Amino acid sequence: MAELKLMKGNEAFGEALIREGVDGYFGYPITPQSEVIEYLMTELTHERTGMVTLQAESEIAAINMVYGAAASGKKSATSSSSPGISLKQEGISYLAGAELPCLMLNVVRGGPGLGTIQPSQADYFQATKGGGHGDYHMYVLAPASVQEMADFVEDGFDIAYKYKTPVMLLSDGVIGQMMEKVMIKEQKPRLTDQEIHEKHGDWATIGRIGGRERNIITSLYLKSDQMEEHNQKLQAKYKKMEEDDCRWEEIQTEDADYIIVAYGSSARISQKTIQLAREKGIKLGVLRPITLFPFPKKPISELANRVKGFLAVEMSAGQLVEDVRLTVNGKVKVEHFGRNGGIIPSPVEVLEAIEKLIKE
Amino acid sequence: MTEELIIAGFGGQGVLSMGKILAYSGIMQDQEVSWMPSYGPEMRGGTANVTVIISDDRISSPVLTEFDTAIILNQQSMDKFEESVKPGGVLLYDPNGISKHPTRKDITIHSIEGASLAAEMGNTKIFNMIILGAYLEVKPLVKLENVILGLKKSLPERYHKLIPLNEEAIHKGMDNVKNL
Amino acid sequence: MDIKDIIKPENLVYKKTELMTDNVLSYCPGCGHGTAHRIAMEVIEEMGLTEDTIGVAPVGCSVLAYDFMNIDMQQASHGRAPAVATGIIRTWPDKIVFTYQGDGDLAAIGTAETIHACNRGENIVIIFVNNGIYGMTGGQMAPTTLPNMKSSTSPFGRDVETMGAPLKMTELVALLPGTNFVTRHAVHSPGHVRKAKKALRKAFQNVKDKKGTQLIEIVSNCNSGWKMTPVDSNEWMVENMFPFYPLGDIKVDGKIVKELH
Repeated sequence: MAELKLMKGNEAFGEALIREGVDGYFGYPITPQSEVIEYLMTELTHERTGMVTLQAESEIAAINMVYGAAASGKKSATSSSSPGISLKQEGISYLAGAELPCLMLNVVRGGPGLGTIQPSQADYFQATKGGGHGDYHMYVLAPASVQEMADFVEDGFDIAYKYKTPVMLLSDGVIGQMMEKVMIKEQKPRLTDQEIHEKHGDWATIGRIGGRERNIITSLYLKSDQMEEHNQKLQAKYKKMEEDDCRWEEIQTEDADYIIVAYGSSARISQKTIQLAREKGIKLGVLRPITLFPFPKKPISELANRVKGFLAVEMSAGQLVEDVRLTVNGKVKVEHFGRNGGIIPSPVEVLEAIEKLIKE
Repeated sequence: MTEELIIAGFGGQGVLSMGKILAYSGIMQDQEVSWMPSYGPEMRGGTANVTVIISDDRISSPVLTEFDTAIILNQQSMDKFEESVKPGGVLLYDPNGISKHPTRKDITIHSIEGASLAAEMGNTKIFNMIILGAYLEVKPLVKLENVILGLKKSLPERYHKLIPLNEEAIHKGMDNVKNL
Repeated sequence: MDIKDIIKPENLVYKKTELMTDNVLSYCPGCGHGTAHRIAMEVIEEMGLTEDTIGVAPVGCSVLAYDFMNIDMQQASHGRAPAVATGIIRTWPDKIVFTYQGDGDLAAIGTAETIHACNRGENIVIIFVNNGIYGMTGGQMAPTTLPNMKSSTSPFGRDVETMGAPLKMTELVALLPGTNFVTRHAVHSPGHVRKAKKALRKAFQNVKDKKGTQLIEIVSNCNSGWKMTPVDSNEWMVENMFPFYPLGDIKVDGKIVKELH
C-alpha cells in the first residue's frame, strides 16, 4: 500500500529501495548519508522482502559487491558521500565498461579532500563527465525533494535496465538531511530466481542453467578494434539517452527575461528567488535539469533565443555553468553564482546576483 | 498561509524533535512541510537548529535567512537569529541562561520559562513540549488535536503512554507564555 | 594397426574436461596456472556443479581465466574479487561461487577484501595462486616475494628492512573465525596435482554444505618472471618457496591443525 510519511531524504531513499524490490544494498557509513544504511538495517530488509543489506569494509568493497550482484542479474544499489564516491570511481568505471545496471546515491558534501560534512554540489563534474577512467557516462538524476529521493529510485532502475548502465542520484546534504512529506509507493515484489533467469539469463552470470553457453561479464577487450567497437556501442547508448530520456523542469519560464539554471537544492532556493524577483518586477524563471547527464541542451538553447541572460546557481565554484555556457554558445550572457565549502546560498543572495547580471 | 520558523538552542534540548512534531502536525492538516536541521559533529551540548516551513503551497527553499518566527533557547542562538526575524515577526524565547535579552522594537517578543516549568513538573525532557505549547498559543496555526496526532506519528509506539504528559506540558506552555 | 583402431571410446584413458574451452592458454609454457585451472574445472564438472557455479577472475596473469574456464564468469577489478564474490553469494546464497586470484591481487591490493570476506565467512572458495611475483606486468616484487629474491622492482633482491617481509596471507586468514578450510598445495608433480585436486573437491563440497570460506593456496612457479627454464623454476620452487610456504592443511573444519609461527 502507498503511504504518506514524513521522512529524511536519506530514509526515503532507503524505504524506496525496499519497495522497489531491490535484492542487495552494500554500503559504508559516511556523513551526511549514513541514515541510508542505518534505516535499512533498522528495517530488517531481509525479513521484509528478502533484500540483503550489508555493511562493507570500505566503499571500494561496497561498489564491487554491487558489481558482483548486478552481474548476476540482481537489483543492487549503494550510497555514499563525496570522499566515498571518489573511492568507488574505479568500480563505477568497471560497471559502465561491463554494462551493468545498478543504482548509486551521492549525498554530496563539501570538498576537496576530507572537506566538510555540510552540503555541496561540487561533485557535478565527477558525476557527469565520468569520474573514473575511460570514455563513459552514468545516467545522472538530481533529486530536488524528499519525494524525488524516493521516486528516482524506480526511475533510476528503469533506466539502468533499459540501457544496462550504472545510474547515479546526485543529491546533497540538504536533500539527504531534510524531512518532507513523501508518498511512498506500493511494495513491488522482488524478482524470483526463475524470473531473473528469464529476464536476464541471456547476459547475467547465474550459472550455465540448462547447459547453455557461458556468460561472461568483463570490460576487458585486448584487441584494439574490439575495444573501439565496444566504446562506440557505449557512445551510441549515451546518444540515445540524450534523445529519449533527458529530463528537466521549467518554472515560470514562459514570460521570463532571465533564467536561473539550477538543480537539486539550488533549484529549490532559486524558486524562492523567483518569488522575491517578481515582487520587484523582474521576470525571472528557473530551468531545473532533472537529468544532469544527459544535460537538457534542447530547452536551454531554445530559451537562449528569447531571454536576456542566464545565471547558473550551484553550490560549487562553477561546474554546471560550463555546460550552460556550452549550450548557450555565446547567444546571451551566462553568469555564475555559487557558494562552496558547505555554505548554502540564500534566496536573497541569488536575487542580488540576478540584479547584478541585469545591470551589467 | 506560509509559516517560516526557526527553532534554535542546544543539542539535547529537543529542538529537532519539536520541529519534527510540528512538521507532522502540518501534514495532519494537509499542509506542505519541510524540516531542515543544521547537522554537524555537535551531538550533545553544541548548538542545534532546525528550519520548519508549514505552508498551503509547494515549498520552495527549505533553507532560509529570514523567518516569520524564531524560537530561541540559548544565548548563542539569540546572538545569531534575533536579526533574522522578519519585521512584524515573532521571537519567542526562554530567558533561562539569556544574558542579553532581545531589543528589537519591530517584532513581537514573547517569553516562556520553559526550563523552570519543566523542573517544576519534575521532568526536564518535556521542556520542548512546554516551548511548543507557548508557540501554539502565540501562533495558533496548527490545531492542538493535530499536534497530538503529530506526536503519535513521531513517537515510537512504546512511548505513546507518555502522550498525556506531553499534552499537559503543552498546556503548561500555553498558559504561561508572556507577551513582553 | 591403424590409428583408427586405437582411437576408440573403450581405449580412452584421459579426456580434457568440457569445462576447459579450446582457447589456447595465454600462460607461458611451464607455468602452473593451466594445471590449476584444469583441476578446478574438473572438480566442478565431476561434482555436477556446472549449472550452479559462478567464477570470478582477478587482474593479473589469470585475468583471462574466463577465456579458458567454460563456466559463467565475471572479471573483477584488481584485488576486489572477494568483494565481487560477496555480492554474488549474498544475493544467490545457493550458488557455488569461487574466486581465482594471484598473490599481488589477493595479498597486496586486495588485502582488505580478502581479510574481510574471510572474516565474514563468506561461503566461497578462494583459489590463491602464489608464485611470489607479479607475472603479467613483467616480474615486479609481490607481497609474497621471498627475502633477497630478485625481481624487476627489487633488482638487488628483496631487502626486508626497507621492502617488508613476505606476507603469509594463508596463515593469516586461518586465524579468522570465518574461514573453514585453509590449505596449501602445489601442482608441479602428478602426486601434488592429485592432492591439490582433492583439496579443491573438499573445498567445493564445503561451500555446497555452506560451511564458510575456503582458501586453497597453490604455490606455483613463474619461470618467465624468475628468469629460469620451467624445470629449473620448479626445482627452485621446491628448494626455496616450500620451506617458506610449507605445503599441507592449516585449518580443517574450522580448526587450526598446524602450529602457526
